[in-house]
This record gives sequence, C-alpha cells and structure tokens, in this order.
Amino acid sequence: MGSRASTLLREEEIEEIKKETGFSHSQITRLYSRFTSLDKGENGTLSREDFQRIPELAINPLGDRIINAFFPEGEDQVNFRGFMRTLAHFRPIEDNEKNKDPIASEPLNSRSNKLLFAFRLYDLDRDDKISRDELLQVLRMMVGVNISDEQLGSIADRTIQEADQNGDNSISFNEFIKVGNFLIFCIFGNMNYYLT
Amino acid sequence: MGLFLDFNPFDNLLCILLGISFTVWFTLLLVFIIVPAIFGVSFGIRQLYMKTLLKIFEWATHRIERGAKDNNHLLYKPYSNAIIAKEPTSLEEEIKEIRRSGSNRDLDHASEFEMSDIFYFCRQGVESIMDDEVTKRFSAEELESWNLLTRSNYNFQHISLRLTVLWGLGVVIRYGFLLPLRVTLAFTGVGLLVVLTSIIGFLPNGRMKNFLSEQVHLMCYRICVRALTAIITYHDSENKPKNGGICVANHTSPIDVIILASDGCYAMVGQIHGGLMGVIQKSMVKACPHIWFERSEVKDRHLVAKRLSDHVEDKTKLPILIFPEGTCINNTSVMMFKKGSFEIGSTVYPVAIKYDPRFGDAFWNSSQFGMVNYLLRMMSSWAIVCSVWYLPPMTREEGEDAVQFANRVKAAIARQGGLVDLLWDGGLKRGKVKDTFKEEQQKLYSKMLAGQDSILPTFQAVF
Repeated sequence: MGSRASTLLREEEIEEIKKETGFSHSQITRLYSRFTSLDKGENGTLSREDFQRIPELAINPLGDRIINAFFPEGEDQVNFRGFMRTLAHFRPIEDNEKNKDPIASEPLNSRSNKLLFAFRLYDLDRDDKISRDELLQVLRMMVGVNISDEQLGSIADRTIQEADQNGDNSISFNEFIKVGNFLIFCIFGNMNYYLT
Repeated sequence: MGLFLDFNPFDNLLCILLGISFTVWFTLLLVFIIVPAIFGVSFGIRQLYMKTLLKIFEWATHRIERGAKDNNHLLYKPYSNAIIAKEPTSLEEEIKEIRRSGSNRDLDHASEFEMSDIFYFCRQGVESIMDDEVTKRFSAEELESWNLLTRSNYNFQHISLRLTVLWGLGVVIRYGFLLPLRVTLAFTGVGLLVVLTSIIGFLPNGRMKNFLSEQVHLMCYRICVRALTAIITYHDSENKPKNGGICVANHTSPIDVIILASDGCYAMVGQIHGGLMGVIQKSMVKACPHIWFERSEVKDRHLVAKRLSDHVEDKTKLPILIFPEGTCINNTSVMMFKKGSFEIGSTVYPVAIKYDPRFGDAFWNSSQFGMVNYLLRMMSSWAIVCSVWYLPPMTREEGEDAVQFANRVKAAIARQGGLVDLLWDGGLKRGKVKDTFKEEQQKLYSKMLAGQDSILPTFQAVF
C-alpha cells in the first residue's frame, strides 16, 4: 500500500478525470502512481527527459514522436491531466459507450480520435496534410540506415499515389481514413487493460 | 549544611545505579550476542522475534483494510501490479497481423510499407509509458501488507486508536531500544575488525595467519549480522565456494557482503574509498589478500582481469566475491551481468540472495539516500530477513563465449531466487540506453519492407 505520491490525488480531480477520459477509479490511481514515479523532479509535471528515461521507449524508433504527442503545442511540461488525456486515446471502446447520447462530445478514445492521433504522428507541422517529406521523415525513423534514399523515396511515392485522391500529392485526414485500414486502428489502438 | 549533606548520597546512588545498569547491559550484550557470534551458534531469539512480528503485521494490515472499507476510502494499490496485459510477440508477427486484418489484398505480394505500420511502434511506445520492465527495478518494491513502518506506507491515516498506539510503540522500540543496541554492536564489530586484522598483519605468512584471519573475519561479520538483526537462512551449503573460484551473486545492497561473508571467507574486490571505508579496507588487506583497486586502475580492464586471474590461480587464496550487475537492483529482478568476471575461466559459484521485504526493505537507492542514511534506516527497521542459496558450480562450456556463460549463470540465479531475468543493463539506472538497440529494431523493420523474410532467432528472445 505504498505510493510515491507526495501530493495525493484528490477525489474531485479523480472524478473529473474519470468523466473526461473514461478510466476507472483504480486505473486512475495506478496511473497516478506511475506518473509520480516517472516525475523525478517531483514538481507534478513530466518533461521530455522524464519520458526518455524509459529504456523501452528510448529504443522505440518512433519514440520521440510518441513523446511529442503528450506535449501540447510549444510546451515542455505535461501535467497529470494532459498525461491521462493522451493515454485515454488507447482505452478500448466499451459496449455501453457505443449507444451513448450522440449529442454529447466525442469520447477521447473514439475511432476518429484514434485515427487523428495516428495522423498527427505523421503530420508534424499540423497543417492537416501529410506531405511527401513528412512521410519520408517517418519512414526514415522506422528503418534507420538500412534502406537507401531512392528505395525509400519510391516507397513513399507509391504510398501517396495509392492514397491521394484529389491530386495534391499529399494525404489529407479523409484520404488517410480511407487507406489506413479503419478497423485495425480500432482493434490495435487499444491496450488490453486488466479490468478492475 | 543539612541540605548539602542530602545531595551527596543521592548523587552517589545515581552513579551507582548508572554503573550497575551499564554493567548489566554490557554483560547481556556479551553473553547473548558477542559470544555466540564468536562461536557461530545461535539462541534462536531472532527466529522467535520474526514469528511474533509476522503475526502483528497481519493483524495491522487486516485492521487497515477493514478501516478503509468502513470509511469508504480507496487505498492506493502499488503500481507494480500490471495495468496492461502485454503479450510477447515479435515485431514481424504483429505488423503482419495488423496488415492482414485490415487489408483485402493478397499479403504475399505486398510486403511493402503500409501507413498502419506505425501503429505497432505506437502501441509498444505507449505500453512502455504505462508500465516498463526496467525503471521500476531501481526503486524500492512496494508492499501489499503494512509492516508498521510509515516509510513504506503513505496511506497511513488515523484508522483506529489501537493501530496508532501499536505504531507508536513500534517507533519507541525501534528507535529507543533497537537502534542504540544495533549501533553499539556495529561499532564493536567494525572496531574489532580493524584492530584485530591489523594485529594479525604482524604475523608471518603461513597457515596460522590464514586460520586466525579467517576466524577474525567471520567473527566480526557475525557481530555485524547481529547489528542489523539479519535473520539469514542458508540453503545448500555443500555448494559453498572453494579456493580458486569466483563467487557471483545478485546485488541489492552493500549488506550483501556482510551476509555472505559471515558464512564463509571470501576475498573482496573493489575500489579503495577514502574515510572510514578506506581504513577498514586497508586493515583488512593486512590479514589476508583482498583485491582493492585505485580509482584510476578500475578503468583499465586488462589490469583488472590480470589481477583477478592471478589471484584465482593461487589455490591458497580465498574465492573472490563479485557482484556482476555492477549496481544495486531492487531485488525483484536480476539485470545484465558484466562479462568481465566470466572471461577469466575459473569455476563460477553462483549465489542467489532474496530478501523478504516484509520486515524492512534492504534495497539501497543510492540516488535517494547516502550510505550513512541508508545504514540508519536499516538499523531502525524491524529486521533484515533473507535467504541465501548456494548453487552448484558452473564452468564455461565448449563454444560458449563469456556473454552466453554470464547469461546462463544469471538465469540460474534468477530461477532459484524467484526473480525476473532481464537482459537490460543495470547501468540504465544512471545512464542512457545504447543506440544499438534502436538500430536493431530498425533493422528488423527494414527487413520486412525490403522483402526479405529472415528472422534472427536471438532477437526473439530479447524482444
């Protein structure tokens, strides 16, 4: 029954996060425990270095992009709310949510929000288009030095050719949804949480 | 005048009382602790103490849980319980799975890039953010039950009067009685070690000197064991390390040395420190040949290897004690063994040490506490309970290189101690992970894109 939390999470905050992200009470407290253990500076926020201290993340070819997804535009620190908001994208869609009130704001882990998350990993400059350069950048991150520039270029060209429908030589979000296997994003965009 | 006369006998009485209590105190100390330490026998007092404590802890935990339920509080659960179910699969399998379930196309002809491929790396990344295997090894293990030490429980609120009284009593006993006792013993043990080994240093080299040195070392370590109230169970003592061998063990704290050295005689290896540590080291080496390195020599791997192999070849010298992890790990796992000690080519005697965290956490988090602070914490916890297993000796087999040998020994130690066997380097506590690991991942993925479907078998084990 230990927790490294120097400032314990208050009940009201837990309720708010629950509403916003859909995580359960115990999942939130566990993730808070994880958050505080990563927070070496003990100031209630995480910096990019805190994330990079996780070896399994540091060796991930897309590690830096994933870390970026946690930080809002131009900021260098993320607090617990922001942390949970990003993680919420990976929460499985539960059955009782599917029939929810359609007028209510879309849950963070909805299909389109998951796809938007993936889209943003490519679209670094947030102009809502994946250009050939941006695609090449991500490809280069994933293959390292093992594939030549020409070969990588032709892979990128082929991909854009298949996806691009309006001929602007880049992939918009709508084109992305169509080509990026819709269903699997939903299945593989989920973590297998232990139900508690 | 009358007043003056009144004070004197009172003062005398006080002095006499103090004198008597000191004498009684030291006699008890001598009889119950120091004499048994010299001869290596035990009265069984510590075993009884341990059983009583366990019963009290169970009651305390039960009480907290009941209290929390009554007040409708939810207790923080340690996050060491996994929140996600990670399935071990390989990069290739998972990406194929991703492509297969979405695509209508025939998979064999399209082994090219798909935009959805990033999702494999994405999920791996977010999974490791939620829970990873490495960073949690460098902080103390969190307990399910409470052992009446507030340092291991942040849930402590006033639940019941009885519990608070018990905790308060615990504090008084630990700090008022146990701590002074243990500090006295520690000073006695260390003091005797320094003095006696220096004296033995004057004797001429020979069997008498070795015998006396062994006895002195054993005695002083036994006193230190009692100074920590360490309750140790040794298993399989027939496999104890012999001369000319190297003893390797998993490392949790500096106390490991005391635990092993109180049951057998070893030649220690290490860097010369300044201060008190340095004094102890210099006097120890007078009595028997330990291997101490200057700070500058540590970097020179050839020099280190030469000194170790010279020592091992001399069969009259004691077995070397080495901790190949190179740093303290929190006793839930065993991390990468540095291959240096496995290149020397002598018999390796593996030893597994597992602490029972219920009585006091022995892990030394050197970034959180300094040595003195750590020792004080150790001496003010209830006890240090641990099990030591001596595993059968191992030697390097034909066609096995040092790294494979090291991994084999590590797996044996992890298996025996019930620890998780990790390939990660303990140096990650302080340093960054090497880029080669990322490059390996990139290579794997590239093979998929470029159309070659060869799988490297060793990678499956790592990732």
